[in-house]
Amino acid sequence: MNAETAPHAVEIAGLSKWFKDFQVLKNIDLTVAHGERLVICGPSGSGKSTLIRCINGLELHQAGRVVVEGVELTDDIAQVEAVRRDVGMVFQQFNLFPHLSVLDNCTLAPMWVKKVPRAQAEKAAMEFLERVHIPEQASKFPGQLSGGQQQRVAIARALCMNPRIMLFDEPTSALDPEMIKEVLETMVELAETGMTMMVVTHEMGFARTVANRVAFMDHGEIVEIAPPEVFFNNPKSDRTKEFLAQIIH
Amino acid sequence: MAPTARQTTRPPVERIGPIEWLRENLFSTPFNAALSVIAMAIIYILVVPTFRWAFIDAVWAGDSRDACLAVNTGACWPFIENRIGQILYGFYDEAERWRANLTLFLLAAGILWLTMPGMRGKPLVAVLLLTVFPLIAYVLLTGGFGLEIVPTYRWGGLLLTLVIAVTGIVLSLPLGILLALGRRSDLPAVRIASVLFIEFWRGVPLVTVLFMASYMLPLFLPQGMSADKLLRALIAVALFNSAYMAEVVRGGLQAMPKGQTEAATALGLGYWQTHALIILPQALRLAIPNIVSTFIGIFKDTTLVSIIGFFDLLGMIQAGTSDAHWSTPSTAFTGYLFAGAIFWIFCFSMSRYSRHMERVLSAGERR
Repeated sequence: MNAETAPHAVEIAGLSKWFKDFQVLKNIDLTVAHGERLVICGPSGSGKSTLIRCINGLELHQAGRVVVEGVELTDDIAQVEAVRRDVGMVFQQFNLFPHLSVLDNCTLAPMWVKKVPRAQAEKAAMEFLERVHIPEQASKFPGQLSGGQQQRVAIARALCMNPRIMLFDEPTSALDPEMIKEVLETMVELAETGMTMMVVTHEMGFARTVANRVAFMDHGEIVEIAPPEVFFNNPKSDRTKEFLAQIIH
Repeated sequence: MAPTARQTTRPPVERIGPIEWLRENLFSTPFNAALSVIAMAIIYILVVPTFRWAFIDAVWAGDSRDACLAVNTGACWPFIENRIGQILYGFYDEAERWRANLTLFLLAAGILWLTMPGMRGKPLVAVLLLTVFPLIAYVLLTGGFGLEIVPTYRWGGLLLTLVIAVTGIVLSLPLGILLALGRRSDLPAVRIASVLFIEFWRGVPLVTVLFMASYMLPLFLPQGMSADKLLRALIAVALFNSAYMAEVVRGGLQAMPKGQTEAATALGLGYWQTHALIILPQALRLAIPNIVSTFIGIFKDTTLVSIIGFFDLLGMIQAGTSDAHWSTPSTAFTGYLFAGAIFWIFCFSMSRYSRHMERVLSAGERR
């Protein structure tokens, strides 16, 4: 089954994962449609980061199935690498490569993984840097940029691989308040292009306006998953209500 | 009032001038002043007589020990002048020394090319230096292809020191990197093999290793199967130092944040790409001071080959000092001073270049 005919962007069934004896993910079932924007929230330690890290194989699951664009993540490294080429990821700590310029950060993976010629990779990278509004920083090094700029470069870097799905792992949690907005705006613009996005975040404003569905995780389970208007106005579970009461003032 | 016109203030004018500098750096407190005076006295007591001995009272011309026998003479430089051929080349046939010169010239030219800022084609030169040069050097130094064979037991002096040091340095770094990666591998077999290798070589003294390689190994090998003694010594030096290099590189690898590997992995880069493009360039930069310390250690440890019958720079000088024709009270001191000076020049150059590298490589990425 190839990506064009895959019925879902991501299909997770019976997913479980343990760190030593501690079960971080408990029998998760989740389906993400093409072009869907799913926000995952929940208290720290609830397994939300682990869940999205299972989708590109940064964490290996021990039970259940994870199928991404029709490709199942198995022990076969070729399969895993095929999935990674289709899935972009943005990290809380940006994780830009400090020894490479912004442009080189963006062209590295296309050139080495997809064997795109340098000129073409640089042209594409500049287009994505323009989309995140920092083409003028292309020749600088990550250490010379602000946190918000670094995170936007990280988004551009992931987009340069033309992923079908973008994963965001608390993309604004390491940022100063005045920089959160510029990153969120970039993410909103990305959402408008129809990208499939899975976003772990505490930014409930973003969830309300951008998400198709919001999932609440606690103790390794998806407690509740619903469209934002239902999720925020009419949560069913008491744990969701409690959580929302804590983070929305 | 709104702070519209931002006021810029200058930093306080620094007091400059030699007197202020002295006051600030050497005599800021009575205790520091006392330390400074004591230190200067020690320097005076050590440096002045050495300088007098080595240059002012030294003998500069002559052709036998008689020139250096007068009372209160300093260094006996004619000894060095007379022996310079052996000090530089050992017993390498005089008519063939141009081959050693050419080899060292090619090496020096290559290194200069790589170390001079702003030179073009550095990657190509580096590749040539690591692939073609060793072959050229091998043929030039040992002979063959119409060149007269010079057996390795005739090699010596600075030439031998450089052959051992350069081979040790060039082989130990890549081997050390592979061992360091192996020690951090997820594959148990690779990890255990790397740990055993590293801990074995770190657990035995180099003297023992050299001794084993030159005298014991031939006993275990079948008749007729024997490698050149120098080659065995070179392999021993390379393997021994690769174990140390592995631990130095591992130190750099451990300082790398996990996020770098994760970001590279998430972009679809494989293990070797991640390490070659992302992890090692950063980890090796962190490890430069220790890598160069190891290089310097390798260079100085070449003197140990004298115990297996080779005459390196120091060994050659030592042999010269026992020559009755040059036996004077100052011959040995002159020889050791000369050897020390040459070692110091090489080691200090490496040290300075590593400082320069650190500065250049960190220029773009100050955080």
